[in-house]
Amino acid sequence: MSAEDMQRATWRMAHEIIERNHGLDDVVLIGLQTGGIPLAARLAEALAKIEGVEVPTGCVDVAFYRDDIGLRPVLPEAVTDIPGDLNGRTVVLVDDVLFTGRTIRAALDALIDHGRARQVQLAVMIDRGHRELPIRPDFVGKNLPTRRDEAVDVNDEGVDLGEMVK
Amino acid sequence: MSRAASASNRHGDLRNLLSIADLGPDIAAGIDEVMTLADSFVEVSERANPKVPALRGRTVVSLFFEDSTRTRLSFETAAKRLSADVMNFSVNTSSVKKGESLRDTIETIEAMGVDAIVVRHASAGVPRQIAQWATSAVINAGDGWHEHPTQALLDCYTIRQRLGDLAGRHIAIVGDIKHSRVARSNIAAFTALGAEVTVVAPPTLLPPSLEGWPVKVSHDLDAVLPTVDVCYLLRMQRERMHEALIPSLREYTALFGLTEARASKLADHALIMHPGPMNRGVEIAAQVADHPNAVIIDQVRNGVAVRMAVLFLLLGSGTAWGGDLDA
Amino acid sequence: MPDVQTPRKGIVSGSGVIIRGGRIIDRVGERVADVAISADGVIVGVDSALDAGVLGLDDAIELDATGCIISSGLVDIHTHLREPGREEAETVETGSRAAALGGYTAVVAMPNTEPTIDSAAVVQQVLDAGVAAGLCDVRVAGAITVDRSGTTLAPMAEMAALGVRMFTDDGCGVQDDRLMRRALEYSAGLSVPVTLAQHCEVEALSEGGHMHEGEWSSRLGLPGIPAEAEELMVFRDIALARLTGARVHLQHLSTAGSVELVRQAKAKGLPVTAEATPHHFTLTHAEVASYDPVFKVNPPLRAAEDVAAVKAGLADGTIDAIATDHAPHTAEVKEAPFDHAPCGMLGLETALALGISELVDPGVITMQQLLALMSWQPAVIAGIESVHGRAVAVGEPAHLVVFDPTQEWIVDPAKLASRSHNTPYAGRSVRGRVRHTLLCGVPMVMNGEAQR
Repeated sequence: MSAEDMQRATWRMAHEIIERNHGLDDVVLIGLQTGGIPLAARLAEALAKIEGVEVPTGCVDVAFYRDDIGLRPVLPEAVTDIPGDLNGRTVVLVDDVLFTGRTIRAALDALIDHGRARQVQLAVMIDRGHRELPIRPDFVGKNLPTRRDEAVDVNDEGVDLGEMVK
Repeated sequence: MSRAASASNRHGDLRNLLSIADLGPDIAAGIDEVMTLADSFVEVSERANPKVPALRGRTVVSLFFEDSTRTRLSFETAAKRLSADVMNFSVNTSSVKKGESLRDTIETIEAMGVDAIVVRHASAGVPRQIAQWATSAVINAGDGWHEHPTQALLDCYTIRQRLGDLAGRHIAIVGDIKHSRVARSNIAAFTALGAEVTVVAPPTLLPPSLEGWPVKVSHDLDAVLPTVDVCYLLRMQRERMHEALIPSLREYTALFGLTEARASKLADHALIMHPGPMNRGVEIAAQVADHPNAVIIDQVRNGVAVRMAVLFLLLGSGTAWGGDLDA
Repeated sequence: MPDVQTPRKGIVSGSGVIIRGGRIIDRVGERVADVAISADGVIVGVDSALDAGVLGLDDAIELDATGCIISSGLVDIHTHLREPGREEAETVETGSRAAALGGYTAVVAMPNTEPTIDSAAVVQQVLDAGVAAGLCDVRVAGAITVDRSGTTLAPMAEMAALGVRMFTDDGCGVQDDRLMRRALEYSAGLSVPVTLAQHCEVEALSEGGHMHEGEWSSRLGLPGIPAEAEELMVFRDIALARLTGARVHLQHLSTAGSVELVRQAKAKGLPVTAEATPHHFTLTHAEVASYDPVFKVNPPLRAAEDVAAVKAGLADGTIDAIATDHAPHTAEVKEAPFDHAPCGMLGLETALALGISELVDPGVITMQQLLALMSWQPAVIAGIESVHGRAVAVGEPAHLVVFDPTQEWIVDPAKLASRSHNTPYAGRSVRGRVRHTLLCGVPMVMNGEAQR
């Protein structure tokens, strides 16, 4: 997937978000540390251009909510920054790659500590499969079938598939 | 679940926090790691529900052989905000003196299944001794005159919060250096971060030897005050008078107390710090304690976040301390 | 002499002993010879290739001493046997066994027992226990003051009548200058020559201290004991020796200043002797960094300069004896916070090896000097030179040690014979190991194994 492909996918997802929510009232974008942050920013940019609305954008670090604390190295990448109260808002969680679903599970717990959102939707650039929890994305840039031991890297130049570095 | 998994990493095998030197070989990097993580816990502490599930199922025991309501409260609050279970093992020194050996006490506690032991003892070195026998993480919450590493970490954090980087800053530590675990940990931490430290005290309240201490020494507080970015006051204990270390508290205050007149010699940005509890009117004048540059309450507040960071690093981050996140 | 207790009741080899293949180093000098010992414990032959038949020792036990040094048995003038009162830490029997394994044929038990050895009754109790154990010639030091409390003189004459030749309040120095003067004056008038030995420590300066005051105490936050606390009393006791003319023995010198004071006193011909412990010539206060109370001892481990001065004092004759200050403590009491733990460390089973490894091998002193410091010189201070520390010669009592000065071994606390395990040398590799120890010609230790 090239940078241009990603840009097109971002625009499509922005349109889908608007369509699904009948506008952008009460919508908040929350990027997951760290991969979800640039995508959330690009989505916010696209939404602003399409609807002329500045959507509140924040970020969440799920380290303290992970279910593998103590099993592998877990440290937050950055301080969580939630733009205001989430009570009654529509939160669009944004991440680069959806894999097992465990990070999203942790993010849902983290969000609940910041208020009771009316609903939470999930936007990801890549859905690579291999879910371990009953979680599905609402907005997907690209479905990319992978092997479990492959690594998916989303960056400014596009998406790369490689061997998992162990 | 592997409890308190121990691994070697760039900070060495850090299962315990017994002294500031334990954060080495690169002490500055170790302190930075704690401070960076503490930023996240400050954010958590500011929430309506200031609690995360990070240490669910972990048990932290506070083992205080010496009374210290504030430090124990701070650690217990930190552990609870991380969702750890907190056990409070009450001991008085006499019961240990009378019967149970230190080792038996530790083995008893460990048999109950704990992940971290936060220990405060009037005798220097006890946390290090306990660490030899314990399989859980040992955190020094103050041992005799030796060290109080989490106090130093929260002090570094508080200074950085107000003044930014500590490198090149001049910090005066004033008072009873000889008997102060806070001074020993702070000297190690401040100088590791590149600050210059001057200890200010009468000779009787300095350690018998300062060989190897990276500090300057002064007996003249008035001369030092205008040059400092931080004036760190230590608690002056009444007993010192009876040990003939000072003639009287009055004379001590006259020479080494931060009076209003002295405080006016401080630079506008200079911070006034104190590990608490304060003796208003002795080492610090009552009005000075309430000065806008007195960050004594910030120290207490930051103490919880910094101790959350220490607990999370030792128990939650999956490796010993920091760990290799690329693995 | 009434205090000569050889041969000892119950200790009879019955057949004699011949030690073959060793090199003798004793007070007389050095030579290669076999040593023959009669059934009643007297040396009957010292020559190369002794003929057992000619000596009437056809049934004698043959002991191999190939590669070994044969010397008069070692004498420790500073041993804590803990009996009576602290038998869980050591008994006369276990301590005697440790002594024999360390090459000692005589030890002087310190009086800081419970009750204090400050009367004939307690002296007799410990002497009897020593004879009953039968592993080592156990002598006793009596207290200078009743209950070692530094206020009233203990009955020295009644203890001297039982053979006590050394008095000390060890563990506490006699603080009162006038009382110490009186003790010295009084002791000089007893019917037998005795020595007062002093644990030099001015308590007003040392009180509350747990280690040497200096760089490490400052860093570790432990209250210190300044060198001057020891030196002031060394100075005072030298002055009192001059004043009274009585013999003063200064125990466990640990500081450079103390060594220098004794050196000057000896230069002036004053009747002063001194001892040093193996730990004070091998370990420094840096060891305390571990906060392991096994390194807590009094006088405390000092600075490197002090260690060097103690070695120099041993080399130039300022210090007359190496004494162990063997001080057993159970693990329970040693596993306490450093400032609550008692002082003291084991010494009997490691002293000779440390002397060889740290003094002889590096060339600080010769082997004969080491043996002088560990055998015949301490025997004189203890007043037992008519029996111990004798030449290895025909007609002398066979209190002998045979040791291999090159054998390397690693100190393992669990393998020590002492009832306690508080050695500061755990895991340390040392050279020099006792092969045989003979008391009255009877092997107490044979091929490194205690025989009873």
